[in-house]
Amino acid sequence: MYDIKALYEAESVEQAIRLLTEHPQAQIIAGGSDVLVQMREGKRAGKELVSIYGIDAMRGVSYEEDGAIRIGSLTSFSHITKDPIIQEHINVLGEAVDMVGGPQIRNIGTIGGNTCNGVTSADSASTLHAWDAIVEITGPEGVRRIPIHEFYIKAGTVDLRPGELQTAIIIPKAAYEGYFGHYIKYAMRNAMDIATTGCSVNVKLSPDKRIMEDVRIAYGVAGPVPLRAFKAEQAAKGKPAEAEYVKAFAQTVLEDIRPRDSWRASKAFRQHIAVVLAERALRKSIELAGGEIHE
Amino acid sequence: MYVGKNVTRVDARDKVLGRTKYTDDLCDKSAYIVRVLHSTIAHGRVISMDTSQAEEIPGVVGVFTCFDVRDTQYFPTAGHPWSTDPDHQDVADRRVLTEEVRFYGDDIAAVVAEDEVSAAQALRAIQVEYEEYPFVLDVQEAMKDGAPQLHKEYPNNILKHTTIRKGNYEKAIQEPGLTKVEGWYETPVVQHCHIENFICYAQMEGDRITVVSSTQIPHIVRRVVGQALGIGWGKVRVIKPYIGGGFGNKQDVLYEPLCAWLCRKLGGHLVKLDVPREETFVSNRVRHGIRSHIISWVRPDGTYAARKLEAFSDQGAYASHGHSIVAKGAGAFPQLYPCENVEVDAYTIFTNKSVAGAMRGYGIPQAMWAVECHTEDVAAKMGINPVKFRRQNVMPVGYMDPFSKNELYHDTFNQCLDKALEATDFERKYQEYQNQAGDIRKGIGLSLFWYNTAVWPISLETSSCRMVLNQDGSLQVQLGETEIGQGADTAYTQMTADVLGVPLEAVHVVSCQDTDVTPFGTGAYASRQTYTAGFAIRQTALLLRERILAYAHELTRMPPYNLDIVDGNIIRTTDGRVLMTLEELSTEALYSLTNSQHLSAESTSQIKSNAYSFGCTIAEVEVDIPMCKVRLLDIVNVHDAGTLINPALAEAQVHGGMSMGIGFGLSERLLFDQKTGRALNDNLLDYKLSTFMDHPRLRALFVENPEPTSAFGTKGLGEPPACSVAPAIRNAVYHATGVAVNDAPVNPHNLFRRFTEEGMFAGTGKGGFHHV
Repeated sequence: MYDIKALYEAESVEQAIRLLTEHPQAQIIAGGSDVLVQMREGKRAGKELVSIYGIDAMRGVSYEEDGAIRIGSLTSFSHITKDPIIQEHINVLGEAVDMVGGPQIRNIGTIGGNTCNGVTSADSASTLHAWDAIVEITGPEGVRRIPIHEFYIKAGTVDLRPGELQTAIIIPKAAYEGYFGHYIKYAMRNAMDIATTGCSVNVKLSPDKRIMEDVRIAYGVAGPVPLRAFKAEQAAKGKPAEAEYVKAFAQTVLEDIRPRDSWRASKAFRQHIAVVLAERALRKSIELAGGEIHE
Repeated sequence: MYVGKNVTRVDARDKVLGRTKYTDDLCDKSAYIVRVLHSTIAHGRVISMDTSQAEEIPGVVGVFTCFDVRDTQYFPTAGHPWSTDPDHQDVADRRVLTEEVRFYGDDIAAVVAEDEVSAAQALRAIQVEYEEYPFVLDVQEAMKDGAPQLHKEYPNNILKHTTIRKGNYEKAIQEPGLTKVEGWYETPVVQHCHIENFICYAQMEGDRITVVSSTQIPHIVRRVVGQALGIGWGKVRVIKPYIGGGFGNKQDVLYEPLCAWLCRKLGGHLVKLDVPREETFVSNRVRHGIRSHIISWVRPDGTYAARKLEAFSDQGAYASHGHSIVAKGAGAFPQLYPCENVEVDAYTIFTNKSVAGAMRGYGIPQAMWAVECHTEDVAAKMGINPVKFRRQNVMPVGYMDPFSKNELYHDTFNQCLDKALEATDFERKYQEYQNQAGDIRKGIGLSLFWYNTAVWPISLETSSCRMVLNQDGSLQVQLGETEIGQGADTAYTQMTADVLGVPLEAVHVVSCQDTDVTPFGTGAYASRQTYTAGFAIRQTALLLRERILAYAHELTRMPPYNLDIVDGNIIRTTDGRVLMTLEELSTEALYSLTNSQHLSAESTSQIKSNAYSFGCTIAEVEVDIPMCKVRLLDIVNVHDAGTLINPALAEAQVHGGMSMGIGFGLSERLLFDQKTGRALNDNLLDYKLSTFMDHPRLRALFVENPEPTSAFGTKGLGEPPACSVAPAIRNAVYHATGVAVNDAPVNPHNLFRRFTEEGMFAGTGKGGFHHV
């Protein structure tokens, strides 16, 4: 039994916005795999809920006119993993969200909820950061689109203004075309876990596959919100796909990340793992891109 | 014959179909909901409590605090048989609620409400004022003079200290040419994590109170509820339906006394107490963390000259099962590898942490962690192959424990080892994985374990059984021994059918225990259900058989000694002729106008024996050094549990224990905040119980040496599977990397610390393990 003050179910985005405006204290609920847990813990006990789960228009993966990939915010993790567009262009995202919790969570959990929850450990978040994702937000003032790294304000807080909801996540064509990536979730067990650290890397190789034309890397749990390791990216960009540069890239992430000591893991441990993950994820990305690493 | 066959579990279909009823399914929806308010300090005293706001919340029936319990008694909680000798009774240090706070999560008040939401709101609305005392979380810190004291009756927080002395240790270590091997080994606090959290409900009829509880020990719960409330034990009726696991947490009296007390306070109204998972971790029971210090003095030929063990067992805040846990492990030490000169000191120490009680293995997983990690260390230091070293020193055939009179009748250890070695291709892999370099390395490791089942002669062993024949020749069987998921009811069905001579389908074991009608028995613990119940089943079935054949004699005029029951028929043994069916006989017996009889039998067996149940584990791992991760590639347990009643169920039992051992070895530990004493990871996300995805295929093998003392040749298998898994994994990691991890679990945090200490990341680290 949950301590819910009232539940309003929206059937369209417009209705959701209206309900959220009428009930400014209300909490948005989609799949509920985060919100209901928090309510049970007493953190959001007694709140009004606006459910957007019935808005089918917010489900599914499609191309926009300019070739960008549009992922409706209510698309479940398991649907993302099995989606042909995702598999063709950003397979790593499907792999990343396939590591969330267990099968039941992946069936009910949505990518919108995963990002709006604002936590640094979200399995989708580091990959979305690493692929320059754009967040589409719809509210009383209309639609606005912002880069995902601006969407995250601080731990647990995202850029949603009164009456707004996240309606889609967009990967621009320029962000995915020619890129290949790999995500490594570092957790304490192989299922039903959150990441101790998660690392998503992607690379675009030169036509001869020898040069790393572009490298992008993002982490979860390396700071209060998911973050990009820009210095490491700069260190690798334009460099040959060789072991020396891969190692240097991995070491450089220590200049970017800001992990902390907690009872879940020590700072020293997280830093050590972050370097190992960067190297392994880049190696794998190069391999996926058809490259070969020369030792 | 059904014993030894893989008959389908008698409850399989109902469980799969969701038809089996558990405590919460049975509770009427009119029940008031109880929630417990737990302390938010680790040590101190409740000065005052303001419940006024909570009482005003709509739906709240009442708030009861630690200041309201003057009509209750202090009671012991351990699920041990009662002793009429006061010196052997468990420590009575709990009350339904407490003013004196001894751990973060102690029970200081209870809210009763019409629904869960009001109850949760009321909990948040209670204001508590404390006087805080300093607290202590570490066993050895707690023993020091001047450490915070938990119970004034126990100076230096020592609940108990026992010793074992054999030969002359000090003299023996003077022998020239000895090698000293010393180590500290530690196991963490872990929790049982049974699927069904503890739950109970209570209701009164007249002046009697009925408590339905998810417990392993209904007859013990009845006694303790009586003790806590200060009422006649016969005024209490305890019912145990199907339960979703217990693993020892429910071998303790948990909240049944509180629930019964609240019920009485509310005029007998139905009240239900369903413990949330977080509170199950903190405020039920946990496994004792044990820190062990072992010193071995070894001769050049690999024999032991002298050995010493000090073990410090973390009791947490209240006595519960107390010293029994570490004492059992300490008792194993001089037996597994006998040595002429031994000193053992075992301490049980109170700390301001969650209360430790019984958990599968009862001190043996902790002891085997220490002993079998150490054994590996000794073999490595002496340059002796670890299999050879163990064979050379292990308990020999014919060994007899002078106290319990348990005897090792067969060459169990070597037979189990042989089977495990062959199944894993151990010797080849052990050689192949030597001297590895590189980031990813493989290793294979071994551990034996010692376990003895049941509790005689420390405590009473008794089992009672009733069998009642029906008109159609079928029968009900009732026992105090409880089905807790392990398959006991199925084993009892097989045993009964064989002894009585009826088809399996004719036997219905009544799964539910109801202390008003179920014969007395103390319940599921100490891996004793099959062993102990076997005596009462055999005896009672023979008694019933005698009565049936006596009646058959009346009907057939044949001498009873020429009659038998085979497959549900009365037969004449001299020519094998079927004289009548048991159905015909039973119907006639009940409805006879001249000689009506209700054919039934009931008897008690007191058991004054028990049995060793030994075996081993071999684990193969792959260690990713930079990632600080261990992947289990293969794991095999081999057990000698005597004659297997049902091999498929035995295998399933071993799988469950292995899974628990994998968590114990690789991932589980309950963490406590050093600043506040609060349990940090009191949920199934942060507490790293292992999952299917962390397991390789679990392999269970058996050596079946019939146990001579047993009614069916069988002996315990409930706890043994969890005893040797963790040290086998640790020894495999040691083999792979040359790095010994002495603090369980071998998780990434401990590996990172140890790999850093050994220079494994700096490129200055060890190559793989290399010795004979």
